[in-house]
Amino acid sequence: MTGGHRRAQATAAAGAARRAAGRLAVLAVWMFAAAASAQHEAALDPAGNDVADTASLQRGAMYFVNYCLGCHSAQYVRYNRLAEDLELSEDLVVQNLMFTGEQPFDTMTNSMRPEDAIRWFGIAPPDLSLIARSRGTDYVYTFLQSFYAEPASPTGVDNLVLPNTAMPHVLWELQGINRAVFEVDEAHGGEEVFSRFEQLSAGQLDAREYDQVIRDIVNFLDYIGDPTQLAREALGVRVIAFLLVFLVIAWMLKKEIWKDVT
Amino acid sequence: MTRGERLTRRHFLTAATAVTGGVGAVAAAVPFVSSFRPSARAQALGAPVEVDVSKLEPGAVLKVEWRGRPIYVVHRTEEMLGMLGRDADLLADPDSAESIQPGYARNDHRSVQPRFLVVEGVCTHLGCAPLPRFEVAPADLGADWGGGFYCPCHGSTFDLAGRVFAGVPAPTNLPVPPYRYVNDSTLLIGADAGIA
Amino acid sequence: MGGRVNRRFGALVAWIDARFPMTKLIREHATEYYAAKNFNFWYGFGVLATVVLVLQIVTGIFLTMNYKPSAEEAFASVEYIMRDVDWGWLIRYLHSTGASAFFIVVYLHMFRGFMYGSYKRPRELVWLIGMFIYLCLMAEAFFGYLLPWGNMSYWGAQVIVSLFGAVPVVGEGIAEWIRGDFYISDITLNRFFAFHVIAVPLILVILVVVHIMALHEVGSGNPDGIEIKEHKDASGKPLDGVAFHPYHTSKDLVIIIVFFIIFSAVVFFAPDMGGYFLEHANFEPANPLQTPEHIAPVWYFTPFYAILRAVPDKLFGVVLMGAAVLLPVFMPWLDRCRVKSVRYRSWVYKTALTIFAVSFLALGYLGLQPATGLYTTFSRIFSVLYFGFFILMPFYTSLEKTKPVPIRVTK
Repeated sequence: MTGGHRRAQATAAAGAARRAAGRLAVLAVWMFAAAASAQHEAALDPAGNDVADTASLQRGAMYFVNYCLGCHSAQYVRYNRLAEDLELSEDLVVQNLMFTGEQPFDTMTNSMRPEDAIRWFGIAPPDLSLIARSRGTDYVYTFLQSFYAEPASPTGVDNLVLPNTAMPHVLWELQGINRAVFEVDEAHGGEEVFSRFEQLSAGQLDAREYDQVIRDIVNFLDYIGDPTQLAREALGVRVIAFLLVFLVIAWMLKKEIWKDVT
Repeated sequence: MTRGERLTRRHFLTAATAVTGGVGAVAAAVPFVSSFRPSARAQALGAPVEVDVSKLEPGAVLKVEWRGRPIYVVHRTEEMLGMLGRDADLLADPDSAESIQPGYARNDHRSVQPRFLVVEGVCTHLGCAPLPRFEVAPADLGADWGGGFYCPCHGSTFDLAGRVFAGVPAPTNLPVPPYRYVNDSTLLIGADAGIA
Repeated sequence: MGGRVNRRFGALVAWIDARFPMTKLIREHATEYYAAKNFNFWYGFGVLATVVLVLQIVTGIFLTMNYKPSAEEAFASVEYIMRDVDWGWLIRYLHSTGASAFFIVVYLHMFRGFMYGSYKRPRELVWLIGMFIYLCLMAEAFFGYLLPWGNMSYWGAQVIVSLFGAVPVVGEGIAEWIRGDFYISDITLNRFFAFHVIAVPLILVILVVVHIMALHEVGSGNPDGIEIKEHKDASGKPLDGVAFHPYHTSKDLVIIIVFFIIFSAVVFFAPDMGGYFLEHANFEPANPLQTPEHIAPVWYFTPFYAILRAVPDKLFGVVLMGAAVLLPVFMPWLDRCRVKSVRYRSWVYKTALTIFAVSFLALGYLGLQPATGLYTTFSRIFSVLYFGFFILMPFYTSLEKTKPVPIRVTK
């Protein structure tokens, strides 16, 4: 066997192996994709909130205190921190957000005792400090959009995102009451599948205004989940800018020193 | 490039790298050093304390805790206030020139209103808590004692305005914390903002 | 005046050198330690691993100053660090991102070894010590992961400790002994804290020092897989080597800065990395009554977790998972090829190494997915490929037709 022949053979073999590997990879990707799409979960709508929107955060804080804080605490969040980050004066926060004689440095707790809550709802309402991080903003946003009338439920409503939820529709006066329409889906073996909401009774707000209220609440929850996020990103830009300058200097030094090496 | 120029360039770049790296290291140390400051919770726990003095009898003392320190609030009677002038020449710092107090408490009675004295119960010698001893001429403190504070650790003595007597280990008067009147019968200890 | 300062300084150095081998150590490990001049990208991960180790120790010390190792207070103390302590959020994010960064650089560092034969004679011991470091690192990550006392922490520890239950007869006893309780409890958390903050890091630091000492004894390898000590100039310096300082130090500084740029991008802009570095379910406190919906270990353990789940038998699954972790230990003896660098090895090893890398990444992906249907099938295929790479190595490497290795390093 000549050297050239051997090399040609090796190249052919390597080519074959590469082609086989390529085919395997394509197959693998295709099957992963198929498997991934097979497991379907309740689709969530994007929350589309913006934690840099201070006005939205201020409204969200107001809604949170009025509608959520009665049952849900935010036990890691301090009012005075809130005031600072939301660009509100402490007095304004005391007057508008604090109703039960707390001090500005207190955290956002409520007076509902867990054992009472369990007796009333069957479950203690979870603390919401980190809900946007544990469930995601899209989840909370879609959850608050997805209450519908369910006469069989003790609260009169159920929720598409969290079926059998113990939470009543706290915002019903704003949204009104929806009915969920389910349709038989032949493609899924005659299973009943959610199709759309129909409004049974109108609320104080139209759909667009209600959407904005929900988005403000989600925005506020997003902010309290990670209150440093804006400051963190602003600092990140400066840190990386500094490192890039340092990189240029260190790179020049390296080039200079390595001139000796032939 | 001559050898000399090369060396200069190398020295310059070495120095520039060292300086930039040093700046970076100092900046990186800032968060770690700052994390030692009192946290938001410590500040919340160290927040001003409200004291209701409406039920404090004349001649009595109320002890409250603020930032881990005992604070004495004394309701001084006319007789007790009268005692303040008596021993002025025996005091180490009668004008409170060397002592710690807010400007509004640097006066003869070392308080906002003469009636209520607010001092930290922390001896300026080694940090013990002096005992309130308001009785006149008790057996153990001698016939000259006109009422005040007595530190059990090393025997330092203070008058009814927390001013230290000369010749005892404590160098200065008992510190007065910042405080203000919320109304006639309520003191806010630890805050003096907006004092009228 | 400069002369006088220099003389003073020289006297001080002499005073120390008479009592401690300072100058000698600096010479042996820096100014007169020669390493090949043709290090490529892959040779940067050793120094990065050291940098991350230091970062983890420093941030870890500062975290322990505010963290409370008790079931009652742990979760809240982490949120206290994140919200109430000045800059606590940065210190915590540096530490949590550092954990993932540690595994990234260590995996790349190990893959460098696979490519350029870093485990081969005379560096077998360097490799073995390195593998011990890797095992310690896994233990360190496992213990540390329980500390935030989130729900994922809790159930992750629950699952891993239960693996010991697979051991016949004594298994349950061992699991109970590790926990110190009948379930993962305050007692478990307290002892994991002790392991995480002092026991394991202490061993880790000692092993890293030993790793570097062993390396400097035999000398660093290079991408051509030749021994630079075999070609020296008249003064005894390797012709293809350059002094560690200033040549490699100046180069490493550039590498470290590049690393920190990427690292900062994660810390400041995506500290939870879409749920891979900080998992969503871990933002809920530990709940012994409710397992998170999708339970999977952190990404750096998922290749082995996928192997565990691919096996339908509990004991056998645990054995195979352990084998998968330990097999690289035997690389110095499994690989029969005399040529070190992949540059001069045959297509056989290149293909095998590619299959290995793909399998490892695929298993890592599969370990994050639910253990159902096609995922399990693929986990089994890639597990077979993973083990095939090691078990068949003595055969395919002894048959390799290698290319001629150059005498001196190439550019």
